[in-house]
Amino acid sequence: MLDVFVIGAGVTGCAVAMELSKFNLSVTVADRESDVCEGTSKANSAIVHSGYDAKPGSLKAKTNVEGNRLIKELSKKLDFPYINNGHLTVCRSDQDREILTQLLERGRENGVEGLEIIERDRLLEMEPNISDDIECALYAPTGGIVCPFNMTIAFAENAYQNGVEFKLNTEVLKIEKAEGGYTVTVKDRISGSVTEIKTKSIVNAAGVYADVFNNMVSEHKLTITRRKGEYMLLDRSAGSFVSHTIFQLPSKMGKGVLTTPTVHGNILMGPTATDIADKENIRTTSEGLRTVLERTNLSVKNVPTRAVITSFAGLRAHEEGGDFVIGEAEDAKGFFNAAGIESPGLTAAPSIAKMICGFVTEYLGATEKNNYISERKGVIDPWLLSDDERDELIKEHPEYGTIICRCEKVTEGQILDAIRRPLGARTLDGIKRRTRAGMGRCQAGFCSPKTMAILSRETGIPMEKISKHGIGSEFVVGENKNI
Amino acid sequence: MKIINRDLVIIGGGPAGLAAAVSAWDSGIKSLLVIERDSHLGGILNQCIHNGFGLHTFKEELTGPEYADRFIEMADERGIPYITDTIVTDVSDDKTVTAMNSKDGIFKISAKAVILAMGCRERPRGALNTPGFRGAGIYSAGTAQKLVNIDGYMPGKKVVILGSGDIGLIMARRMTLEGAEVKCVCEIMPYSGGLKRNIVQCLDDFGIPLKLSHTVVDIEGRDRVEAVTIAQVDEKLKPIPGTEERIECDTLLLSVGLLPENELTTEAGITMSRITGGAEVNESFETSVNGIFACGNVLHVHDLVDYVSQEARAAGKAAAEYIAKGEKSADRVPVYTQNGVRYTVPQSVDLTSDCDVTVRFRVSDNFRNKKVCVYIGDELVSSRRKNILAPGEMEQVKLKSDVLKAHSSAKSITVKLEDC
Repeated sequence: MLDVFVIGAGVTGCAVAMELSKFNLSVTVADRESDVCEGTSKANSAIVHSGYDAKPGSLKAKTNVEGNRLIKELSKKLDFPYINNGHLTVCRSDQDREILTQLLERGRENGVEGLEIIERDRLLEMEPNISDDIECALYAPTGGIVCPFNMTIAFAENAYQNGVEFKLNTEVLKIEKAEGGYTVTVKDRISGSVTEIKTKSIVNAAGVYADVFNNMVSEHKLTITRRKGEYMLLDRSAGSFVSHTIFQLPSKMGKGVLTTPTVHGNILMGPTATDIADKENIRTTSEGLRTVLERTNLSVKNVPTRAVITSFAGLRAHEEGGDFVIGEAEDAKGFFNAAGIESPGLTAAPSIAKMICGFVTEYLGATEKNNYISERKGVIDPWLLSDDERDELIKEHPEYGTIICRCEKVTEGQILDAIRRPLGARTLDGIKRRTRAGMGRCQAGFCSPKTMAILSRETGIPMEKISKHGIGSEFVVGENKNI
Repeated sequence: MKIINRDLVIIGGGPAGLAAAVSAWDSGIKSLLVIERDSHLGGILNQCIHNGFGLHTFKEELTGPEYADRFIEMADERGIPYITDTIVTDVSDDKTVTAMNSKDGIFKISAKAVILAMGCRERPRGALNTPGFRGAGIYSAGTAQKLVNIDGYMPGKKVVILGSGDIGLIMARRMTLEGAEVKCVCEIMPYSGGLKRNIVQCLDDFGIPLKLSHTVVDIEGRDRVEAVTIAQVDEKLKPIPGTEERIECDTLLLSVGLLPENELTTEAGITMSRITGGAEVNESFETSVNGIFACGNVLHVHDLVDYVSQEARAAGKAAAEYIAKGEKSADRVPVYTQNGVRYTVPQSVDLTSDCDVTVRFRVSDNFRNKKVCVYIGDELVSSRRKNILAPGEMEQVKLKSDVLKAHSSAKSITVKLEDC
């Protein structure tokens, strides 16, 4: 019998798996998708919030402030991109600056360090493109930005290194209480086979589906609302447009539209906030994208809209109660929820994981391992090396001398690393998230046929089965004249 | 790190780079190197297996690979040195070119002159902000062309094409020939951006409808395209409510424009044209940095490769002259555009030039019965009647050296359309 079965390989599930992997436990993470980080974790603002926004005393406040600190440490140990760029929440002249003061006080109560309100003069020095009617801002120096994919992948790889099993393309159909724990019925989406897994405990980190799984075992029903957010991404040529993350004053529907650099030097604008019924509705809309632009213009001016390279949508998992739901379901012993993990969930994930891990290890009476591997190396970025260092690398590994994605200058070496490493990529999106191949201004126009061929060659997956993000998203339908 | 010296480095071994290399060689430059990022010379022509190339240059109809091969043979006959599978990562304004490949690692070439001939890339979906899902099955037309013509794989069975650029039109025919069903080609503008002959030969001959003033307003299918919704647009190119039509398909091909690929150019600090997306050049195809030249689709997007070859030959010759004689100090006058002329290449001209100057340009709309007029200063020096002018077709006027010289005190040249 398994000790822990984790549902969901998003940032929360992977962080939980990493924490659990420090203990002598058998842990399996299952996800319906073909890779980790395929849901909300891949489509969000990529922000490490400082923590002034959440209500004092709430789980959101506690885990946000702790998560902010943890990500900083983890980014070094686990080698994922994080930048402490500082956040600004701007206030227009027609808005109530009293709200800024309230945020400042709330932030201090939550334990956020270094908060201050700054006036337009200083703001302009920090951000020359700020809109003309911005009067002042709340400056949060602990705010940061992170690569959400590589953080999630880093957590997953670290968990994997330490013995956690990942079952991808695996859909949970049913959970039943059983002798000594639970019986989970899962379906392998590739083979179609249905099997039963017995486990002592379950961690529910299923994002927008967390209510479904909770409600299978508990009478304390959860209701998760999908709140869609649409974003637009600008090319790196617009990279210096802003250097801090610029928020607007929060409203009932969320934190408003932000403008932020990404760790890779792009500019991200969004999100909108629309409640939707469909758990899979990640389509962008013309109204949504128009709203992003209109609202962005409220905080910054001269947005270089010519540089838009893509737009996307993500779903926030909003729980009715308004706070994270973290802990054991009262009427289902050994069933632990990490549900309603909307913003600041990405930031909070490492802290949520520690909480969940505490509950689970106490429940199972688990002991700590003495051989936990606490470090992990990411895919090498040869462009962070000097010319001479890169030259050496190519001499040793010639594949780092061949560019596959010309926009992001991704080499064959990086793509091979992404495929060959533990929990390696098996889809083009997987390669993209690990290396940035296809994320640039041509949006994979030139590199996708090459990357497809490399993936097919390396894994033996036939070209017809090479997919964007797993089953059903194959790129080609057959050979010429034979379709 | 290895550093080598060359008189001339040509970045790009496609039609522009090859023609420039041959011309520079024939003008006396033997110390040169062509750098190609792909594994073969020929550039994008290698995937253009349809015919219709070379009517101007060779007076016969060739396929893309055949056209490229003519130039590769010319380069081989001369023994012009080239390296493939090599990417240029930097061009500095002192004409040091940094390159990289798997065999030699990173190396630098110190050059006396550089010709930029990197070509162009396709505008992606993201740049259009087309709403909808982001599943598989959305390709730029050139990517689909590579998959079908080079790799031998079909990207889909039921196809809608957005944009009537030439590659989109060519791919409508190719996909049909390979067994797919092309439902329609939508073009947001009231006219096609492609060549007339391609509309006739690739759409009309196969009964594929061209829907002008139509765009895609939604893409369905989380994992793979399942359908698109198209709609008619008004004069401001905004979709008209009530005109939506849902079309089931598994593939959406985009042929919505080409963008000169100028990352190296901008990083070198060269002055760019916002309209062409390429460098601003003078009559010698020299950019704002002395000794760095540009030609072909990296300079401005062409519709006929023959013009690319012509332009590249001129650039190769000019680079050779620069290497032999050094900087040509001349006062150049700007070329202005008016009345429906969107841009010109070159953007400035030396009125004392000993060579005739070809000014290439595109118009901003469809026009009928106009005169293409060139003024040097205030004086009309050329006027030519054109019954039809279209944005998809590049135009050119030739200015004789003696005419230029006769107006050497003028302050500008203006190209514009006038009524007949």
